[in-house]
Amino acid sequence: MNRHLLSTADLRREDALLVLDTAEQMARLSDRAVKKLPTLRGRTVVNLFFEDSTRTRTSFELAAKRLSADVINFSAKGSSVSKGESLKDTALTLEAMGADAVVCRHPASGAPHRLAGWVRGSVLNAGDGTHEHPTQALLDAFTIRRRLGRLDGLAVTIVGDVLHSRVARSNVWLLHTLGVKVTLVAPPTLVPHGVSAWPVDVSYDLDAVLPASDVVMMLRVQQERMSAAFFPTEREYSRRYGLDADRAATLPEHALVMHPGPMVRGMEISSEVADSARSTVVEQVANGVSVRMACLYLLLGGAYERDEREVTR
Amino acid sequence: MTSGQVPGPAEAWLLRAVRPLGGERADLLLAGGRIARTGAAGTLDATETGAQVLDADGLYALPGFVDLHTHLREPGREDAETVESGTRAAALGGYTTVFAMANTHPVADTAGVVEQVWRLGRDAGHCEVRPVGAVTEGLAGKRLAELGAMATSAAAVRVFSDDGHCVADALLMRRALEYVKAFDGVIAQHAEEPRLTEGAQMNEGTCSARLGMAGWPAVAEEAIIARDALLAGHVGSRLHVCHVSTAGSVEIIRWAKSKGWRVTAEVTPHHLLLTDELAATYDPVYKVNPPLRTAEDVEALRAGLADGTIDAVATDHAPHAPQDKETEWSAARPGMLGLQTALSIVIDTMVTTGLLDWAGVAERMALAPARIGGLPDVPVDVRSSMGVGAAATLTLVDPEARWVVDPARFASRSRNSPYRGMTMPGQVHATFLAGRPTVLDGKIV
Ligand SMILES: [Zn+2]
Repeated sequence: MNRHLLSTADLRREDALLVLDTAEQMARLSDRAVKKLPTLRGRTVVNLFFEDSTRTRTSFELAAKRLSADVINFSAKGSSVSKGESLKDTALTLEAMGADAVVCRHPASGAPHRLAGWVRGSVLNAGDGTHEHPTQALLDAFTIRRRLGRLDGLAVTIVGDVLHSRVARSNVWLLHTLGVKVTLVAPPTLVPHGVSAWPVDVSYDLDAVLPASDVVMMLRVQQERMSAAFFPTEREYSRRYGLDADRAATLPEHALVMHPGPMVRGMEISSEVADSARSTVVEQVANGVSVRMACLYLLLGGAYERDEREVTR
Repeated sequence: MTSGQVPGPAEAWLLRAVRPLGGERADLLLAGGRIARTGAAGTLDATETGAQVLDADGLYALPGFVDLHTHLREPGREDAETVESGTRAAALGGYTTVFAMANTHPVADTAGVVEQVWRLGRDAGHCEVRPVGAVTEGLAGKRLAELGAMATSAAAVRVFSDDGHCVADALLMRRALEYVKAFDGVIAQHAEEPRLTEGAQMNEGTCSARLGMAGWPAVAEEAIIARDALLAGHVGSRLHVCHVSTAGSVEIIRWAKSKGWRVTAEVTPHHLLLTDELAATYDPVYKVNPPLRTAEDVEALRAGLADGTIDAVATDHAPHAPQDKETEWSAARPGMLGLQTALSIVIDTMVTTGLLDWAGVAERMALAPARIGGLPDVPVDVRSSMGVGAAATLTLVDPEARWVVDPARFASRSRNSPYRGMTMPGQVHATFLAGRPTVLDGKIV
């Protein structure tokens, strides 16, 4: 394992599989009455969230606590961070507190990379701008493997605002590494200009792609994209790229419908589909805790030997 | 006018065995602010003139460099740079004139501010400072600044630019181009269609897609250059294009020149060397506007500079305080230091590669920018810049020197150099401004 988890692009196949296998063990633990492991007793995990995300923060918090780590929630709201303290000063503060791991959510792409240069502990990217969200991709892969029994050779279709989606980026690299054939479907305005270098197929036609998809992953579409002329109206977007029951019926019998949440029901996904048996939305939340436990365990407790000499300031 | 910089009549220098433009060794006698005499190496006598002798064996003489694009940050951001510190960096980089960009606080959009900057430069005495005037009031792109008042001020402004911002309004740009004809001014455009670059962080392409950063597309530069070239052609005015960064821009400028329109262009050292791949570090020391582009763009820029499509090298020296760079990428200010590394990068990218000879370096770093900027007394060609009667405004370069970039040792107040730790070819040994040394043995005089 690397010292940090910043991007799925630098996860080797064996590392990714190790995370998934470890998460499997963690998931079995969750079925027990006493859900705690002593593994990270005495270690400190800081949740450093510069963006509101109760679900992701809670998931990391629960994961760290189940491993018996001390957890500090350091939220940007109401703290010195929102009063203009720099990311670097915050990093040095965390360093002084002796953080063994920093879980960082930040609106700027690359902020966790910067942080990793300033702290000694491991940095886990919990979503940075429009760049990546590695644990989301790992939990998605974990969910697919649990449901369908494998990843290698599957066809996964990712639908929606790929341009602004950190979930899409992390999934593209990870799923490719794990042998999945990835197809991106979006209006051309929401496909990144440089997508030709990605190991994916791109389609503008959702209906053409669905019958050959083992998994369809719907991305949230934010309303503000409309005002920036990425598409004309919510209704038109929904009609062309939304997943409703009629469309879902064209999927193969076994196919899954996934969504990283929070969903905009009626926009990219209909309630009927979101609540159907194909949908993994609720499982994804539960699996998130197991996968984040696995990541913290591997970065802090196990595979990575800390080396003081690696610190750069 | 520049009394602080004119040498005393007694000050004379004999440059012994220097190689003008990298050619045959020769002696140059500098006296009265001019090249007073030339002769074969070892033949001129210092005693009769009382000249100090500089053993210049192994050094090349070039006309003093002129930078059309320097941010000196004074007034307003003296924590990042001052006229004093910036012009020291300039002299050490071989520059004898810098054009100080107008995006200061307050903006250099009145005669008062440009005269203040000009006086600060004169008092510092390390090189000539020619203030650039803002095109529009407050760089706001709404109303023309008092261009005529700046032109007739003591600062004698000839170059006008809203640099940092594009004069995006087509009508305002047309008017500005027309208006400055009255005093042979030039509009230096920062070509960036603002709607296409809202929130932009780096070159739009495969790297920005992977890194999840909002893209700054080449077309945002090229569309403005095409429009402005057409406007300049239409009204017969002079247009100068700042920091050309894309292959497409080179093509458009080549086309505009083929029409006979009065369009000139500059390229920065960083766009000749660095590419957008560096953004993968998320280290904002590589954040600059226009952004670093692709290897294909770099190649086209070098070719354009070699064939004269791009007239000049300009540094876009942009000092920033640490707190404006030691941040996440999107919060950082764009820009990088350039004055003390420009020559080395030109050697590395243009001379070592065989694209330019030393006369070419002199043309692109000294004469062409001097002509574009409307400096007086520009030699008619590179040869005559080394001849008797030419201004003794010279840069002596040690072409064999190798040095490692350590920004802590720069004269600039800021440290935001993207070249930290790189080994650079060629070093400025001495700089002469109208016969007076501003740098000797690589140190400020
Ligand atoms: Zn500019």
